[in-house]
Amino acid sequence: MKLKDLPWLPMPADDFRTRVRALRQDETVDEAEVRKLATLALKQPQLELLAKAVPKVKLAAGTNWLKLSVLSNATVDLMLPAIVATAPRHGIWIDAKGAPFNSFISEALNAESETHSRCNDVIVLALDYRAFDLSPCPGNAERSEELARTALQTVLQLVQAFQATNGAIVVVQTLAPPVHTLFGSLDAQLPGTQLWLVERFNTLLRSTQAPGMVLFDLAHLAASVGLDHWHDPVQWNIGKFQCSHEMLPLYADGLCRTIMAAKGKAKKCLVLDLDNTLWGGVIGDDGMTGIVLGQGDAVGEAYLAVQRTALALRERGIVLAVSSKNDEVVARQVFREHPEMLLREEHIAVFQANWKDKASNLRAIADTLNIDVSALVFLDDNPAERQQVRLALPEVGVPELPAAPEFYPAMLLAAGYFESVQFTAEDRLRAAQYQENAARTVALGAASDMGAYLESLNMVAHVSRFDEAGRARITQLINKTNQFNLTTHRYSEAEVAAFETNPAVLGLQVRLQDRFGDNGMISVVICKREHDSVFIDTWLMSCRVLNRRLEEQILNVLRVWAHAQGVRRLVGKYRTSPKNKMVKDHYRKLGFTLVNETEESSLWELNVADHETLAVPITLSAGPDLEDIVQEVTAARTKAIIDDVTRQVTALHVASHTVQPVIE
Amino acid sequence: MTTEINALTIYATLTEILRDTFDNDELEATPELTAAHVEGWDSMGNVRLFLSIEQEFGVRFNASEISGIKNVGELVTLLQKKNT
Repeated sequence: MKLKDLPWLPMPADDFRTRVRALRQDETVDEAEVRKLATLALKQPQLELLAKAVPKVKLAAGTNWLKLSVLSNATVDLMLPAIVATAPRHGIWIDAKGAPFNSFISEALNAESETHSRCNDVIVLALDYRAFDLSPCPGNAERSEELARTALQTVLQLVQAFQATNGAIVVVQTLAPPVHTLFGSLDAQLPGTQLWLVERFNTLLRSTQAPGMVLFDLAHLAASVGLDHWHDPVQWNIGKFQCSHEMLPLYADGLCRTIMAAKGKAKKCLVLDLDNTLWGGVIGDDGMTGIVLGQGDAVGEAYLAVQRTALALRERGIVLAVSSKNDEVVARQVFREHPEMLLREEHIAVFQANWKDKASNLRAIADTLNIDVSALVFLDDNPAERQQVRLALPEVGVPELPAAPEFYPAMLLAAGYFESVQFTAEDRLRAAQYQENAARTVALGAASDMGAYLESLNMVAHVSRFDEAGRARITQLINKTNQFNLTTHRYSEAEVAAFETNPAVLGLQVRLQDRFGDNGMISVVICKREHDSVFIDTWLMSCRVLNRRLEEQILNVLRVWAHAQGVRRLVGKYRTSPKNKMVKDHYRKLGFTLVNETEESSLWELNVADHETLAVPITLSAGPDLEDIVQEVTAARTKAIIDDVTRQVTALHVASHTVQPVIE
Repeated sequence: MTTEINALTIYATLTEILRDTFDNDELEATPELTAAHVEGWDSMGNVRLFLSIEQEFGVRFNASEISGIKNVGELVTLLQKKNT
């Protein structure tokens, strides 16, 4: 089980060569078949064979070929077929070309070069330490620093040259350190040794950001298999090859997963089997006391490590789900009651414990989460289940697992399914939002009723008109919200910008905070004034804040705005889509009257003057452009409270009055 | 006798490798076969051929061995030597 052999992938069967040869006879080649073949642990000769079939694949609509050029100070002829045959494994399709040997400077700086005129989507700067002047100068600290910085400047110039002309992604790699040292351990400390120069360059490169630049940490990849295995002096001398040929499958996999991450194709959700995957044994047979899990037992600790890995992935924003052939009550009991379990129910977004086949369950999980099946990874100890999923859904990531659970985390992580080229504030926020949602669920359990729970959240809704700052997020919500979306009208960023200045339009952006954190912008409404009514063109909300009664508070704002416009009616429309059934009765619940209804849509209206301000446990705050409206809503609400209290006091007074004589 | 059977097996395997590497199903590994007879057997073709041979037979060649071999016959002799 060596990393260079890609042990997380299944071994090719004996008929691999026959299957590829058969493919090559065909006029056009099936995408799924090539994807299945590419998702095997192929060695370089097999990759070369498969690479010949890849260009014949007819891609489905919506999938495009990525044009890629490799520039190097070494020979790339073997690298190219490895990249082409590996790419389909990661859901990308690459048309690769190599620039002439050692021509990377001229190809970059000459605007008319072959590489520039090819209009590449991806440029790979496959440079090793020999590409730069990193000549050892042991003990000369100043010169050492200068050499490392000059090498970095060279890389940045290349990146800029390619980025500026056609906006390509430019993949740069760190340098594999040399195996042997001149002084021994001192090489790491003494400026100017080969090791010091390479490591200094790597440190500088790792901490540099440039538009379009994507880092491929080759130094770490090489270290993970061992530098002695990575470097091959024979191959360098024979043909100027950067690394041992044996490493090419791993190199190509590392490179392709970096590209797939940059192209936003990384997996988003980890689906876990339970028995013999998260714990040892079968819960249905062995029971709570019989399963193997927990400290003090070598195997039990191995399963804990699997759970810890899943939790670590969740912390960085990967959604967790469960798919298990089990009785749901029995399976959930382990998550609730087993003292050693690290994973708890609140960590699991979708829990599928039933007797259906796993491929169907995976489809259901993807549907529930509203993500593509290709965004799933499936971890299961059972080879038969893995095989069934691989055949039915070749786009799902399914790592091979050896018999021993000690290796499950390694196999899951080595496959690089969740490769990421950035970890933004937004990602961090997303992880936090999962956490907050979990906390809210706990709070809901603690509160005696829904009303008390909502009160306890101390919610503040901030409403403001569309503006430049919110434009990108507004557009994103308009184009990706499917479930709580009344009309599913999609608008471009330019159209959204136009709404900002249209006086007949109210574009409303809403953020919601509560005591657990900021949910960010979670609702968008677009209203248009038409004659004697205000028409609600768009009303959408993130499902994260479902059942918070936010929609009622938004209606208060809309009604007051409509009133200020001098119109009589507020008109809402529901337009059926395959995904928005949940808001079919939205307007009915808010007190609108049905005007007419067809298969595709229904129209609703509300008399602006008659309707009372709804009492909602959400404090309103407003941007300067909506202050009046919000004040009016709050004032109406305060008046209602005072009226209510007055009523109660009066009632009490009447009651005490009635009672008094009896006491006397 | 064993050497001879061994040689036959090696030739059969080399035939497969030659056909895959140079994409030509007519190729047959014979002792006299040289690079000059085969289209695509240039310096890069040679590298790819030796890479396949190394992986198939589980052996490693050094630079002088690779450049010293004159024909397939010599290659088979070298493989036999490495395998014993």
